[in-house]
Amino acid sequence: MNTSIIDALKKKKILALLKNGQRIDGRALDELRPLTVDTGVIPKAEGSARVRLGDTEVVCGVKIQLDKPFPDLGDRGIFICTAEILPLADPNAEPGPPNEEVIELARVVDRGIRESHMIDLTKLVLIKDKSVIGLFVDNSVTDYDGNLFDACSYASVASVLSCKVPKWELKNDVPTLVPGEVSDPPTTTIPVSVTMGKIADTIIVDPNADEWKCMDSRITITTNSDGNICAVQKGGEDGFTFDQLVKCSEISISTGAKIREILKQVPGGNKC
Amino acid sequence: MGVRKSDIVLLDDKGIRCDGRKIDEPRHIMIKAGVLKNANGSAYIEFGENKILAGVFGPRDVHPKHLANTDRGILRCRYHMQPFSVGERKNPAPSRREIEISKVIKEALESAVMLENFPRTVVDVYIEVLQADGGSRCAALDAAAVALADAGIPMRDMVSACAAGKVADTIVLDINNEEDQEGQADMPVAYMPNLEKITLVQLDGVLTAQEYKKCLETAINGCKIVYEVQKKALKDKFFGDNPQ
Repeated sequence: MNTSIIDALKKKKILALLKNGQRIDGRALDELRPLTVDTGVIPKAEGSARVRLGDTEVVCGVKIQLDKPFPDLGDRGIFICTAEILPLADPNAEPGPPNEEVIELARVVDRGIRESHMIDLTKLVLIKDKSVIGLFVDNSVTDYDGNLFDACSYASVASVLSCKVPKWELKNDVPTLVPGEVSDPPTTTIPVSVTMGKIADTIIVDPNADEWKCMDSRITITTNSDGNICAVQKGGEDGFTFDQLVKCSEISISTGAKIREILKQVPGGNKC
Repeated sequence: MGVRKSDIVLLDDKGIRCDGRKIDEPRHIMIKAGVLKNANGSAYIEFGENKILAGVFGPRDVHPKHLANTDRGILRCRYHMQPFSVGERKNPAPSRREIEISKVIKEALESAVMLENFPRTVVDVYIEVLQADGGSRCAALDAAAVALADAGIPMRDMVSACAAGKVADTIVLDINNEEDQEGQADMPVAYMPNLEKITLVQLDGVLTAQEYKKCLETAINGCKIVYEVQKKALKDKFFGDNPQ
């Protein structure tokens, strides 16, 4: 297989450069690739965003509709976040049911937003135990260059911040849509995920596709606007030492604060 | 992770938790190695109310063949919950949660197992949760690691897992089901006690940077307690009064 020979050569190069603290694309170890966030790209969705992180691109849309609450959470609205790698994004992606990597991706993005309590779900209840508002956040990866965790996370957060919630009124105890009236979403904080890879005991932020292939392990840490940690997911074969995990948490707080400033620029971002 | 109100007192003023434990005390742990006849290695664990069986097959031929790796063996892991293991019947088909847990358990064990000794083969780890309580992924990992050792598969180190969390604004060891539902944070950790490496870490819930460190330290101490129980299970099987 030709590709694996090229991968082996690239890995050699990446390892050699890292010994001198350099990366294959010239970035500093804790430097993010250029991040652009455009919102409102899909007008038919109640909220949407296109995020580019280097050459990784994600389109995210929020659909907001009436739903029944979960049986054990009758006093909460619904938030569900999914992710999909489109077949046009990557030659190795295949259409069909999601594999374990895509399931993990969706669950990590969902967890970061859910555990930060970014959306105050108690404000999305119309009739307790019967009728609530649901936010369905769907991420579609359209181009792949590594680190889908952060790209999908920023796209989801930007879409939710900038979405507009339709208004339903109770008429004879039946929720009825009031056309033309919308409100801002009940957001409380801006969760920011920072994914770090470990290659030969060096920690790098935002690995690109080449680096992603030669990582020994990775970790995604999500912080909220107060600089507290609200979600962690370790992946990959190798382990981390205690000191490495503490260092990663410090990087996630400092780098996360910089990224939060970018996300605050999107409509609805300045109130968190 | 809960912010739901309930009447349970998670931590009383004497520092005693809802099930009577102290903040740094794990639940009762019992592990038995070599409980299955057909598996190459197996273990049964009771960790609080968790009751979990793990069976290991291999190294053996890979099916389907295209998954085989020419320079090292592969590890496959299935974490599965029985329909009767939880309060409301669980659909027996693998859920997204179970698929994710299978993946993180596999990755937690991979660095311990010397797969480079067994190219073109697979080691299958099957975990069946018969009864689930809080922290089932850690208990499952503990049983799986003992089952791997019981199968005689060369390992660099044992893998021991235990969770820590935040309950009533306090960092506590090994959170149970109630604390998982009502508490503020849950951090499962897997640790190789001799190599001092963390091979699994997840977190649900909000922690300050200080609490994060404390939580990690607490969980690692829990892993060391679990490690002693794992060693005892293996010693009992191979050097005990009734070796099999």
